[in-house]
Amino acid sequence: MIPELGHFALGLALVLALAMSGFGLVGAHRAEARLMGLVPPLAMGVMLAVLGSFLCLVASFMVNDTTVSAVVANSHSLKPMLYKISGTWGNHEGSMLLWVLILALCAGAVAGFGRNLPSALQSRVLAVLGLIAAGFLTFILATSDPFGRVWPPPMDGNGLNPILQDPGLAFHPPLLYLGYVGFAVTFAFAVAALIEGRVDAAWGRWVRPWALAAWSFLTLGIGLGSWWAYYELGWGGYWFWDPVENASLLPWLAGCALLHSAIVVEKREALKTWTVFLALLAFALSLLGTFLVRSGVLNSVHAFASDPSRGVFILVLLMLYVGGGFALFAWRAQAMAPTGVFAPVSREGALVLNNLLLCSVAAVVLVGTLYPMFADLVLGQKISVGPPFFNTATLPLAVPLVGAMAVGPFMPWKRARLWPALQKLWWVALVALAAALLCMALEGVRVGPALGFFAAAWLIFGAFADVAQRVGLFSRPKAALARALALPRASWGGALAHGGLGVTILGLAGMGLAVDRLALLKPGESVELAGYEYRLDGVVDAAGSNFAARRATVQVLRQGRAVVTLHPEKRSFPLARMTTSEAAIHTTWLEDLYVVLGEEREGGVVLRIHDNPLAPWIWLGAGIMALGGGLSLSDRRTRVAAPAAKAPALKNPAVRA
Amino acid sequence: MSEATPNPWRRRALLGLPLLAAGGAGLGFWAMLRGLGTGSYDPHGVPSALLGKAPPEFALPAPAGSDLPALAAADLRGGLARPVLVNFFASWCVPCVIEHPQLMALKRQGVPVFGVAYKDKPADALGFLARRGNPYTRLAADEPGRVAIDWGLYGVPESYLIDRQGIIRWRWAGPITEDTVAADLGPLLRRYSA
Repeated sequence: MIPELGHFALGLALVLALAMSGFGLVGAHRAEARLMGLVPPLAMGVMLAVLGSFLCLVASFMVNDTTVSAVVANSHSLKPMLYKISGTWGNHEGSMLLWVLILALCAGAVAGFGRNLPSALQSRVLAVLGLIAAGFLTFILATSDPFGRVWPPPMDGNGLNPILQDPGLAFHPPLLYLGYVGFAVTFAFAVAALIEGRVDAAWGRWVRPWALAAWSFLTLGIGLGSWWAYYELGWGGYWFWDPVENASLLPWLAGCALLHSAIVVEKREALKTWTVFLALLAFALSLLGTFLVRSGVLNSVHAFASDPSRGVFILVLLMLYVGGGFALFAWRAQAMAPTGVFAPVSREGALVLNNLLLCSVAAVVLVGTLYPMFADLVLGQKISVGPPFFNTATLPLAVPLVGAMAVGPFMPWKRARLWPALQKLWWVALVALAAALLCMALEGVRVGPALGFFAAAWLIFGAFADVAQRVGLFSRPKAALARALALPRASWGGALAHGGLGVTILGLAGMGLAVDRLALLKPGESVELAGYEYRLDGVVDAAGSNFAARRATVQVLRQGRAVVTLHPEKRSFPLARMTTSEAAIHTTWLEDLYVVLGEEREGGVVLRIHDNPLAPWIWLGAGIMALGGGLSLSDRRTRVAAPAAKAPALKNPAVRA
Repeated sequence: MSEATPNPWRRRALLGLPLLAAGGAGLGFWAMLRGLGTGSYDPHGVPSALLGKAPPEFALPAPAGSDLPALAAADLRGGLARPVLVNFFASWCVPCVIEHPQLMALKRQGVPVFGVAYKDKPADALGFLARRGNPYTRLAADEPGRVAIDWGLYGVPESYLIDRQGIIRWRWAGPITEDTVAADLGPLLRRYSA
């Protein structure tokens, strides 16, 4: 009964979504208030219907209803409850439903919080979101129905890939989807603006929070995925330039450019065409990622549940939305005249530079990801593009990007001079140079890590200098605290996000100094790595809810004193006939002590020991970046959304970011 | 950022570029999907010039510290008791982890799997096997990757099925999944075991 209710709710949501887009487009076109008034309640209806459907699926997984084919394929009664629930979206059908659910929640948010939007704009935005929701609901109902039944029911489900049974992975897809779908909202705003032929500061004010929210969630999602790879896959790597990883990085880069250029639209009413393009691009790249993962056209670790017939459907949707958006752009973007003008050296100019560099990085990643596929298709050649290409090709773009990141916030709007901005950063440059020299002195002349430490210090202290200058920490220290409290949260958020990237780079630079060794130890023997002594005390059997494990006890000592006891495990899952290794990680924040248990032979066990300096800072930095985004989002100026008419303050170019 | 371009037609052409790019990419993707259906496009399958021939001449050492026999072309000449799978892998390769359980399953079925650690430090390769289990009965190290060039290696993991007469019958670029075993490798093993 519950699966049928869920299925029915999906159909209902489809009808409501179609009605929402029809009423929205026609109502806004004819300026009929009654039709437009129907749109927000319909958005709420779609939201409730999809939510109900999703809860039905979760309920089927929770009670392990083996008459539902998705449950049979992906769940098992012996699985812990958390993974039964996360198993709901750990498969193709469920994850598409989650995708639509988040889209419906976003539409609900635009309907609920958008009361002070001009009603024509709100109707059009919701209409576009309704079209997207309708497309994906059709896709789910036609090709990937999560509520399909099997009869007679099997005794139990077929389990889930044990590598995916992990708290990190339970939250990784929802966060990524929050990011992807957030860009659907900025896409809808861009399409609505193209239909209306108007982009103004109020539009920029509405787009930026959505871009910011989507970007923050995507940052968290990518960070969590990378962290998962680090501790679960068990060899200390954190980023592999896998096509599917790149697919999530591409919208992140475009979204990062978008949220910066939206500032220019909001403050200066310039870069309008470009911002609209970025809003279309960010969503296009999000959809591209969905297509690449789901269609099976690429060769990747992550390419699960791929099916060419589904691929055709997603491609059709992709071309409808992306092609439609870009066609509208080609046709209508001409009408958008910029009103603000600016000199090349200015805050606007710095943001243009940021956009150019971010888009160049995105282009490099896009080419590296798609080129092997197209080379295969057109030239019939098999080409492998791996980390060496991405590392060497993005580095020359990342260096000026990081260099400009600290300088940009010091530039005034409209017209600036470079020299005064650089003068305020002389001490930051000295600190950064000292960091690089210190690294060389301690670890020898290694260009990569030294450059990384320079960049990290440059960004972290540059962000500090930015805040210090705004609150007058050095010029008027007594008033600084009061000014710090009065400083808009958007300023804090921006500085925090820039500093957060510095923290991530600090972690990356530290990982450049990582060392590891492999040792065959008998109980009582020990091995030394990077100043620590690792002593194997023994290996015992252990059992979990759905696995059996071998568990080692490793005592870590430093100069004879005990530091920590680590318990690396090797788990075997009898149902999936798979073995996973659970790394034992002890973090001191300055470094990760990382021990992986290997095979047992000749009365001893093989241990792989890593010493990863500064590793946790990679993900801490991602968290700080997302926190900066959230702080900026909570700014009063964002929460109290701009009314339709332009506030007088916006005309004033002296307003600071 | 073309806001100041004076010529409206040039500007219009510029604004149409994204549509053109998206359309081109869309056509390409459509062709790939069609190719997936007909078999003319396959991200996993790579045609090999070696199919139907004997493996190229080579002799590789065992990785330092390994207690398994090494691998040379002489070990793949005819007169084998069973068809063998030659598997190129590396400890740094993510898909190799995905493939690993299938290789272990083949070992349990008694299929000889010969491993070649491609561009991998001996300690890393042995650590990979120690951590996850060793499916190989012979293990060689191709640290400079030269022998892999002779084989025409596309990337790791990559596997070659060699029949009892020492002829390469099948090549698979990419991880061997359960589907690969069911659809391709299993039937081939049955055919060439006879």
